Amino acid sequence: MIEDWKSYEPLLIPDIPNLHKIDVYEENDGYSALRTVLNDQEKWSRTDVTNEVKAANIRGRGGAGFNAGLKWSFMPEPDDRPRYLACNGDESEPGTFKDRNIFEFNPHIFIEGALIAAYAMSVDTIYVYIRGEYIDWVHILEQAVEEAYDRGYLGKDILGKGIDIDLHVTYGAGAYICGEETGMLESLEGKRGYPRVKPPFPAQKGLWGNPTTINNIETLANVPLVINNGAEWYQSIGAEGHNGPVLYGISGHVNKPGVYEYPAGMSVEDLIYEVAGGIRGGKKLKALIPGGTSTPVLRADQLEGVSMDSNSLRDAGSMMGTAGMVVMDEDTDMVDLLWRISHFFHHESCGQCTPCREGTGWLEKVLLKIKNGEGEIKDLDLLLDVTTQMEGRTICALADAAAWPVRHTINRFRDEFEARCKKSVHAVA
Amino acid sequence: MAEQELAFTQEELDEIERIKAKFPTDKAATLRVLWVAQNKYGHVKPEVQNLVADTLEVPRSHVHGVASFYTQYYKEEMGKFVLDVCTCLSCQLCGGYEILHHLEDELGIKAGETTDDGLFSIQEVECLGACGYAPMLQVTNGVYANNLTKEKVDKLIENLRNGNLPEFESMVMRQNEKRKKAVS
Repeated sequence: MIEDWKSYEPLLIPDIPNLHKIDVYEENDGYSALRTVLNDQEKWSRTDVTNEVKAANIRGRGGAGFNAGLKWSFMPEPDDRPRYLACNGDESEPGTFKDRNIFEFNPHIFIEGALIAAYAMSVDTIYVYIRGEYIDWVHILEQAVEEAYDRGYLGKDILGKGIDIDLHVTYGAGAYICGEETGMLESLEGKRGYPRVKPPFPAQKGLWGNPTTINNIETLANVPLVINNGAEWYQSIGAEGHNGPVLYGISGHVNKPGVYEYPAGMSVEDLIYEVAGGIRGGKKLKALIPGGTSTPVLRADQLEGVSMDSNSLRDAGSMMGTAGMVVMDEDTDMVDLLWRISHFFHHESCGQCTPCREGTGWLEKVLLKIKNGEGEIKDLDLLLDVTTQMEGRTICALADAAAWPVRHTINRFRDEFEARCKKSVHAVA
Repeated sequence: MAEQELAFTQEELDEIERIKAKFPTDKAATLRVLWVAQNKYGHVKPEVQNLVADTLEVPRSHVHGVASFYTQYYKEEMGKFVLDVCTCLSCQLCGGYEILHHLEDELGIKAGETTDDGLFSIQEVECLGACGYAPMLQVTNGVYANNLTKEKVDKLIENLRNGNLPEFESMVMRQNEKRKKAVS
């Protein structure tokens, strides 16, 4: 649990006006991590950079929480094929609105992190894929990228150190599934965002069949911090096993919703009551979705002593996800909420796999029936049965992400769902 | 619209070349060139999809497959202003449906419809990544209107009728005090 958070100074998005401009970024030690690495490529060999980042254990901020440096180490030895870094700025998980802050307020820390990652993996081309709805943020990032090219941080012979790396910004056109890493690769190739069967994993066969690593925007923004201050320093921030700064997106029934930067491992109670100003209208807390729609909802009584890091949330019965926290007050109708979540997944299922395409439809239809007071108690068990038929039976994790909220919301708020169902028409005895 | 009338201008073709240069295959430019086409025609109906396919020299079926997969492409003609109202999760919790229903009442159409004067379309959409500023809507795949109330929606409609789009709103993090001062 983090005690001294009140004195925390943001590192990913520090409080510096106009930091999105390259002059201001450079004045504040910007691109110094990249210079450190490129100026002494003997001390900072590609392997050394990867090992430092691996030792820091930057848990992937896109939701999976995988060690970023370890992911980099899966790239095969360079051969004559092109190599890619694909940066995932799709940010479509409901409750998640953090990466847009990096694009808007500190784009260069992300560009610098992506460059260091590209160096470490001998990548020659970086793609940044941003959701199409974020077109205004696409333009902000494009401006920053242009500045970085002008200053010689991107392109041929970067800083005169013999390294060539290009960066292209592109965007989608509305599809949640393009946030799934292989769905994003398909979309980058100009196709429908159908997730790919794994293996082969992207490191072996990614963009156009070539070695590719996919990292989240916030994950890469952490990289310059690690290079500048070392893995040990990074490990000193946050919780045991889940380190570093985190952009918490807090939304729902709180007085001061928004994105906040604090160390990983903040107490849920501090975040809701101190940081986000407590529940609107002085009401009581009913439930929390800790890290985007896919992460199981927790009842208020399950939140005592829980902190926002993977271990604590796992013990409580949920996951860290994207740290997009959705707060619900005592008046929240959990049946309505779950129906809307299921509507989302049904809408966003890409349709490749039958258990997901059909399963998400059934979940939504049965929940609509219950919401409208037409459901029966046995429908609750039908829903739970459908979730087990979906989970683990599809190409990607969308089916799991659709199944978990249904299972956990019904199990954790069963009374509310039963109360909404019709009474049994048959006498029991 | 007769098919032979559809064509990109030289300027648009130059832009398409710049897009193609980002990728090792022309097919990869499909999404972006569909955007160029939609920005030009206001939709990507089948004849526009064909123009995109023929320009990129990729199969028409491929472009149709892509256009039909992504929700931001308009497969039919829409109003001048498309109001995408988010009702997903945080917006649902914070009154997104009230905003949607208010808009429907004010404009006399339902989500998925366009007003007779062709000025407004309303759509109910999934999460737009503005959860902390709920309820919200997006205007024609562009600017976000945040923290909506019925009054703000009325004002927005009035402004749009006069041809005034809302400006981009920077949502500075609350803990960034200096930045907030610099913006205001």
